[in-house]
Amino acid sequence: MRSIDGAVLDLKRLDLLATGDSAIHRLDARAKVLTTLVFIVTVVSFNRYEFTALFPFFIYPVVIASLGNLPAGYIVRKISMVVPFAFVVGMLNPLFDRELFFHLGPFAVTGGWISCASIIIRTVLTVGAAFILVAVTGFLSVCQALERLGTPRTFTVQLLFLYRYIFVLTEEGARASRARELRSCGRKGLGLASFGSLIGHLLIRTWLRAERIHMAMLARGFTGEFHSRQVSGFGWGELFYLVGWSTLFVTLRMENAAQWLGRLVMGLLS
Amino acid sequence: MSHHIVEVKHLQHIYADGTVALQDVNFTIHHGESVAIIGANGAGKSTLLLHLNGYLTPTAGEIRIGDFPLTKKTLPEIRRTVGMVFQDADDQLFMPTVFDDVAFGPFNLGLPVDEVKQRVKDVLEQVGAAHLQEKPPYHLSGGEKKRVAIATVLSMSPDILVMDEPTSGLDPYARRQLLGLLRDFRHTRIFTSHDLDMVLELCERTIVLHRGTVKADGPTLEIFGDEALLAECRLEKPLSMQGCPVCGRGK
Repeated sequence: MRSIDGAVLDLKRLDLLATGDSAIHRLDARAKVLTTLVFIVTVVSFNRYEFTALFPFFIYPVVIASLGNLPAGYIVRKISMVVPFAFVVGMLNPLFDRELFFHLGPFAVTGGWISCASIIIRTVLTVGAAFILVAVTGFLSVCQALERLGTPRTFTVQLLFLYRYIFVLTEEGARASRARELRSCGRKGLGLASFGSLIGHLLIRTWLRAERIHMAMLARGFTGEFHSRQVSGFGWGELFYLVGWSTLFVTLRMENAAQWLGRLVMGLLS
Repeated sequence: MSHHIVEVKHLQHIYADGTVALQDVNFTIHHGESVAIIGANGAGKSTLLLHLNGYLTPTAGEIRIGDFPLTKKTLPEIRRTVGMVFQDADDQLFMPTVFDDVAFGPFNLGLPVDEVKQRVKDVLEQVGAAHLQEKPPYHLSGGEKKRVAIATVLSMSPDILVMDEPTSGLDPYARRQLLGLLRDFRHTRIFTSHDLDMVLELCERTIVLHRGTVKADGPTLEIFGDEALLAECRLEKPLSMQGCPVCGRGK
């Protein structure tokens, strides 16, 4: 099934982007992880009706993606995949929260619509930041950074295995799905009934394959620790990166830069 | 050089469902030997290989690699000594790039980064895959994957190379390339394979497994000359020993 295969390759591309060699790639992973954490915390700390103050935060993903030479189309496509989920989370807000905020022409904009839009924007920002973090750092290095920052190794290794398992599961899923599709002659096959056994087989096959991969890891001396060829330390550059971005995020959290800019432009025009 | 010996004594393996996979298997492989373990499907070849690297625990019997018996304590050293190349290269290659995959083992050995980089470079050149270093493994062809899979093991400087079906799924050219590569290795080599022509080319000694027991153990040419033995073990002579299929000459 091309769509599943394509999704796997797309995800693997994220790992490949991390092998780049830009200034952002070379930064110690801990600085990038902490900065992303500060970014996410400040973005989600806004009240639920906040909307305009979120827009200036787009500066972070845009700057990092461009300095890291990430393909914009690919990142936007990745992020757009989660927007429907965010919409599902917020879609009931307009029904329950009917407090009128303002009129936009003939349309009455209620608190529900504002909070729904706020959820979507926050999702785009936070998921985007996480995607970009992996794309300029690599999932392996992110986990290593988490470990060096004090996260228990058991947790980080589980996280890495879970990440690897996504590939194993989707690859096996693609094979099973292709086999089913080819023998169902463009129809639905045996319908839902066939999916029960297909999913059962999938679980067993992925289990066995994961076991074989684990064997291959053990054969090469794996003892629960992943290593990376990138040698980096937390130097002045990392400190500036972390403090600089964090200061900007906190400032944007305290001051609504969008409104401030709007007032400035209006003042210049009047 | 006793440290390169593989000694299997009275090895028995019974799976949890009661299937007897190996029964009183005995053999000794010496330093520098190239040995094939052949047999029909279900003869116990894969189970035996998994024992050589300590993935399975014997139901009875003992395995010694060099001077060490295979125990939980000696396992890390034995896994460095015995380099295992799996049948399906996709199971062996799991890192984002070829470099990362080949470096995985040396990093686990605790080698410094510069030494790891040098080793990766050297073994990739040895297997003729230096140009693939930054490629993702899933974009490689079958032959390339196999060579990189071998490099992932060579980078750990093993004394013994164990390969499960090394030529399976390769086109004739990639197979020929691989045979050339394997012939040049000076390691102790243990292969399982259904490619009996490969066995004929690479292995001076062959062990025949049949229903979990060692049916024969001797010089490869002698084993392949024994038609009754081959028929009993559901095997056939290598194609190169079967004569011309058109005119029948050489039979």
